Amino acid sequence: MKPDTVSGNRALDLEEPLLFELGRPGRTGVDLPDAPKVASRLGGLDREGSIGLAGVSEPEVVRHFVRLSRNNYSIDANLYPLGSCTMKHNPRLNEKMARLPGFGDVHPLQPESTVQGALELIHALGHWLKTITGMPAVAMPPAAGAHGELCGMMAIRAAHEAKGDTNRHRVLIPESAHGTNPATAAQCGFTVDPIPGNERGRIDLAAVKAKLGPDVAGIMLTNPNTLGLFENEVIEVAQAIHSVGGYFYADGANFNAIVGKARPGDMGVDAIHINLHKTFSTPHGGGGPGSGPVCFSAALAPYAPLPMVIEQKGRFHLIEHRGGKNEPGEKSFGRMRTFNGQMGMFVRALSYMMSHGADGLRQVAEDAVLSANYIMASCAADMTSPYPGPCMHEALFDDRFLEGTGVTTLDFAKAMIDEGYHPMTVYFPLVVHGAMLTEPTETESKESVDRFIHVLRTLAKKAKSGDAAFFKNAPRYSPRRRVDETTAARNPVLRWTPPAPKAQAAE
Amino acid sequence: MAERRYTKDHEWIELNGAIGTVGITNHAQEQLGDIVFVELPAGGKKLTKGGEAAVVESVKAASEVFAPVSGEVVESNPEVSKNPALVNQAAEAGGWFFKIKVANPKEVSELMDAATYKKFVETQH
Repeated sequence: MKPDTVSGNRALDLEEPLLFELGRPGRTGVDLPDAPKVASRLGGLDREGSIGLAGVSEPEVVRHFVRLSRNNYSIDANLYPLGSCTMKHNPRLNEKMARLPGFGDVHPLQPESTVQGALELIHALGHWLKTITGMPAVAMPPAAGAHGELCGMMAIRAAHEAKGDTNRHRVLIPESAHGTNPATAAQCGFTVDPIPGNERGRIDLAAVKAKLGPDVAGIMLTNPNTLGLFENEVIEVAQAIHSVGGYFYADGANFNAIVGKARPGDMGVDAIHINLHKTFSTPHGGGGPGSGPVCFSAALAPYAPLPMVIEQKGRFHLIEHRGGKNEPGEKSFGRMRTFNGQMGMFVRALSYMMSHGADGLRQVAEDAVLSANYIMASCAADMTSPYPGPCMHEALFDDRFLEGTGVTTLDFAKAMIDEGYHPMTVYFPLVVHGAMLTEPTETESKESVDRFIHVLRTLAKKAKSGDAAFFKNAPRYSPRRRVDETTAARNPVLRWTPPAPKAQAAE
Repeated sequence: MAERRYTKDHEWIELNGAIGTVGITNHAQEQLGDIVFVELPAGGKKLTKGGEAAVVESVKAASEVFAPVSGEVVESNPEVSKNPALVNQAAEAGGWFFKIKVANPKEVSELMDAATYKKFVETQH
């Protein structure tokens, strides 16, 4: 609600215009001498008009972005229940380690002999990843989760091609999958064959078996799946896909639920990406890069991408090119990006792992699952879940409890903004009507989760009491009221245009 | 007027001679919410029954629209491309997607009639 102050500010809440609406044209933060006059070498392609930079001084720029940043919601401010994203606390120890000059200031083109410590760290992190997944090989380059998927599927394609098996064009993917799974398969040239779920929210094993054939390249499955449920027939799925010569790609986005408890290698997985920026803190890459290393089974290990770090006689080497017969990287599918991954993320992830230890990582998964189940059970009287618990690290609600109230999932989410919470993931998974995918993570104390549950239950009761207008008007306390998403999508305004110039008086 | 037939994927088709008019059902547009973008097949494109024919994007999600029958696209609806809101306003009238020269009319008669589709929708949540 607009405050009745003269300035439009509300004490510490400062109303902020666009950068272009601040200052005035031509104002600048630096005083530079005019550039020397030189003949243009642009061959007539010179810019004709002004490029229209905002005319602001340094303090105006600093204040602009500081003010905007105060409207930002973050895990450092409050619970962030965004399902599928694992928004957990980022321990400050990670940041301290990542900023050590030996890690923070290294350059990827430095000679090997000068970055032995960095290479050793990558090697050690790879060892941890192989150990917790129970898989023999790891590729560190992928830049994030979807890039990891691409890496895994490229290895699967390379493995089939190495056998001269070029007719495998079909990849099986459950209907509840993350959208990146079918996108990755399509990007690799495969066609996507969707697999329905069963009445328990798990993949339909009979449907998998019915879709098998000599043209199946593999399956992409998330475990726990996007409904927050453990795929208890995962071993049977692996056996089925292997029986026709296909490979099993696992999407590791939900690894936080099982880290230290169950190993993908034991489930028959051939490739799995690990979102270091989810499971091992730095959620959403801390706004910076993500990191999605991929662990491989023995069957796919030879096809892993370059570069890779190996240890020989206590020294660490970066293998950059395909080796000769029986040498490292001999059958690698090649290089998928320039350098060997995100060094800063590697340091943070290893710092997280080593400070937690094996027992700590196991407790992470246990507490994350406990928190989600606590939310699901506590809200059961007022909200509805499409599948009965227990769940894994995510509590999934549908919109049956809102039926007949006139309140939608979106309205409910907007009301949560007024309560100071980032809404959960809504309308995903697509297979659940009005889905609300809620992931508290192990970060939250019981008191914090209790406060959150109290808000959810109170809002649910309010919706059922018939006060739809309250929800339709939400959010009321945010700097901007509800965004008109429809008009924004139909008629997007993608750039600021200066107001029409006023008639200039002679200066 | 020719009879309308419906698919489980919530498309409708109305056959006039050899030409079928295809759109998404009113139920489908209600489920999608405000539609903001529609991608239609170009005239001359050959479609296979059950294959992807069009894409419809709403504020909630992007969804594929499948060909209810096999055949060749004769024309698509330029009004829908210009004004996607038309699908919300008149999904089963002016908001049609494309016209298709039906390869096998039997494929049309095999689809659900209005009463069967109505019952089918009631079983969905």
